[in-house]
Amino acid sequence: MKTDGIGARVTRKEDYRFLTGNGQYTDDIILPHQTYAAFVRSPHAHATINGINSTAAAAMPGVVAIFTGKDIEESKIGGLPCGWGITSKDGTPAIEPPHPILCIGKARYVGDHVAVVIAETPEQARAAADAMEVDYGILPAVVSTGTAASSKTAVHDQAPNNVCYTWGHGDEAGVKAAFEKAHHISTLDLINQRLAPNAMEPRAANAVYDRSSESYTLYVANQNPHVERLLMCAFVLGIPEHKLRVVAPDVGGGFGSKIFVYAEETVLVWASKRVNRPIKWTADRTEAFLSDAHGRDHVTKAQLAMDKDGKFLAFRVDTTAAMGAYLSTFSTAVPTILYGTLLAGQYTTPSIYVEVTAVFTNTSPVDAYRGAGRPEATYVVERMVEVAARDMKLDPAEIRRRNFIRTFPYATPVGLTYDVGDYDATLDGAIKLADVAGFAARKAASEARGMKRGIGYSSYIEACGLAPSNVAGALGARAGLFESGEVRVHPTGKVEVFTGSHSHGQGHETTFAQVVADKLGIPIEDVSISHGDTGKVLFGMGTYGSRSLAVGGSAIVKAVDKVIAKGKKIAAHLLEASDTDIEFVNGEFVVKGTDKKVPFASVSLTAYVPHNYPLDKLEPGLNENAFYDPTNFTYPAGTHICEVEVDPQTGKVEVCAFTAVDDFGNIINPMIVEGQVHGGVAQGLGQALLEDCIYDPESGQLLTASYMDYAMPRADDFPNFKVGNNVTACTHNPLGVKGCGEAGAIGSPPAFINAVTDAIGVKHIDMPATPERVWRAMQTAAHA
Amino acid sequence: MSVNITMKVNGKSVTAAVAASTTLVEFIREHLRLTGTHVGCNTSQCGACTVHVNGRAVKSCNMLVAQAQGADVMTIEGLAAANGDMHPMQAAFKEHHGLQCGFCTPGMVMSACELKGKVTNPSDEEIRACLDGNICRCTGYQNIVTSVKAGLAAMS
Repeated sequence: MKTDGIGARVTRKEDYRFLTGNGQYTDDIILPHQTYAAFVRSPHAHATINGINSTAAAAMPGVVAIFTGKDIEESKIGGLPCGWGITSKDGTPAIEPPHPILCIGKARYVGDHVAVVIAETPEQARAAADAMEVDYGILPAVVSTGTAASSKTAVHDQAPNNVCYTWGHGDEAGVKAAFEKAHHISTLDLINQRLAPNAMEPRAANAVYDRSSESYTLYVANQNPHVERLLMCAFVLGIPEHKLRVVAPDVGGGFGSKIFVYAEETVLVWASKRVNRPIKWTADRTEAFLSDAHGRDHVTKAQLAMDKDGKFLAFRVDTTAAMGAYLSTFSTAVPTILYGTLLAGQYTTPSIYVEVTAVFTNTSPVDAYRGAGRPEATYVVERMVEVAARDMKLDPAEIRRRNFIRTFPYATPVGLTYDVGDYDATLDGAIKLADVAGFAARKAASEARGMKRGIGYSSYIEACGLAPSNVAGALGARAGLFESGEVRVHPTGKVEVFTGSHSHGQGHETTFAQVVADKLGIPIEDVSISHGDTGKVLFGMGTYGSRSLAVGGSAIVKAVDKVIAKGKKIAAHLLEASDTDIEFVNGEFVVKGTDKKVPFASVSLTAYVPHNYPLDKLEPGLNENAFYDPTNFTYPAGTHICEVEVDPQTGKVEVCAFTAVDDFGNIINPMIVEGQVHGGVAQGLGQALLEDCIYDPESGQLLTASYMDYAMPRADDFPNFKVGNNVTACTHNPLGVKGCGEAGAIGSPPAFINAVTDAIGVKHIDMPATPERVWRAMQTAAHA
Repeated sequence: MSVNITMKVNGKSVTAAVAASTTLVEFIREHLRLTGTHVGCNTSQCGACTVHVNGRAVKSCNMLVAQAQGADVMTIEGLAAANGDMHPMQAAFKEHHGLQCGFCTPGMVMSACELKGKVTNPSDEEIRACLDGNICRCTGYQNIVTSVKAGLAAMS
């Protein structure tokens, strides 16, 4: 094996610039004649905008321009689009109310964009924004997800009962019939609480219009610059695509929150032509809390029917999911396509039905956040399985084994076909790595110290590698979900790769280079990866849904294969052989069965210096593009085991041990994969133990809009995690990879809550398991 | 109101007249254009802006530049050797994959370097406790702990 190729623990190419302060994030960019924007945000969750007086603000020092919804209305541009159409079970389309980039007539959540002030300095912009006089008519707010559909107030006139859609999926009649014959039905009501994504780099944008070329450039902290460009051009601003270059430079974390087209950067692009100067905006942390698309926010009732042996017969799930005040880019798909389709989990449950009611509330929009629908599905399934195991007096590992899918491909009753997996192997691996055999002794030791100890399992599955475009299209996607890759071989045999994937922490510059170096038999130093610039990269759908390697990597492999195929023709000419007799081995083109060969760099040089070259049959140059559209989703899966200790005096929960044994298919760089698992688990445990995005139920004010109020996981909140893996290679992409970015966040919350409820002997506790909540649950249980 | 500032930043003397309300991080980023120091929250909660002031790790969003008058300030840009070779702590972060998106990294590295001399052969738990002023959303902290341990060992 090459020491820097596929499977090698290579340190990252990108690290030097990040470690020495040479990264370039959007806020690090200052353009000549730079101006700065500050947004006037609604202080009310729901209000009419009766008038805006900008006279005083306009007279403030340094103010360049002020725009309000009136200017947007007059310019006849579109609103922010929703990228996924969902159809309700009665056949009607989801209600998609207008989403103007500055409020027109009404503000619908605290932080909604009422106006923008542009000034010479950020301080002047903020001061003038504070001086804007807005006459609000305060309206009652719809805040609670669970009661939004029965509220007397409507967030949008188009949806009088606040319902965006009611989506049904699966076999409702089959589930009903199975329930009637069941030996036992376990039930569970739960809340999957709202989270703020909290990438450490706040969102930022810098837009500039160049009048001489009539074109725009937008620097933006974004996970998918081509999608940003396409949606902004085609649906909102009407700018020809070739006149807008979107650059997403170094991006400081995304976790989903930087997928979407937001009002701020769209306003900046629109306004940059009007002020004819570059305009920059960087969110402060409170703005990020208020205006980044949030995650989760489900209220769910679940029922699981079993036979006398604990075999699952049917599963019914009813969920109300918050959309927030407007439909963010992929909001509608998250609690449906990315949720309902995952409710089979790792199990053979023959009948499943899910109904999802999506509701508008006067809160920040909700969209994809690390895992996007799959953590919510896994939380329902794995909590339900735990409740079922206790109801049936079965060991939690045993009830899982009795229901595991073991034959592949396996078509679930909720629309997915799992290509491969070995769920026993990851469960057994996790049990061994977690030393479950020693749990009883550890529990006894905890009890001797007056503490309660519990253990919890979670055997998750996710659908990644989004997505086969035709399947996604049939399910309502309004975009393709392929990826593009370009492999540009320079005359000297050095290689530059352009990918439509985007790295904001994942290490693509290293992983993708390993793949290319391995395939071409050249040192990793000879390969560089470029991404994040529509001016450089052909096209791209970006990075989310653990798709980069499975889809983006596959596109690169396809392009490499084309390079090798063309190289064989050039080598055949040089070696005076038939190209069908040429093999490419370890970086050399060899005539099969002979010692005649020519190295890769000689072939590339010949391609660019085509003196001895089949010009009549072959173009010069060595540069290949490929688009790869996957034929199926990938299905990473595994088992996580969490062990906790609870202090009965205070309700404080300590994570004593956390074990993750995952199956991500083939692994290119184990170091990077482990890092992804660590980070994902910390994010999942953050949700389970600490984080909660809370709006005041009456006023709709966000109560957790700073790091003083929103509990982010810190270094001393967790122990070291134990990470293992078992490989079943994906059967349908060239690298056999499945994706690893979201698994940690998907598998860990139910493992943790299963452990806490085991420790304190209650059926259920909602996340986050704060000391107060755990203590109250223990008191209630003690007095029951 | 404007104030005259003189201080040493990464070994070089700097003098400037800035608004009295200017924070140290604004001065470092906007005036000196040393953009390796990042702003993650501006409320001293996240630690992305951590620099050294007279050898102490300080959250530079929470200090006026005027308070650093005459101080010896070091930012992430001043940590590597003059020829660009990384400091042992930087090298340890690379070796042990102690960073992902890189945004919290400069502050994390500056906080980690300050531990030298404060703690001797720290356990993982001690390192975790020492780093609780710096938030990282990517790594789950585990590889940061490993990096800091290795970096501190390499510094001795």
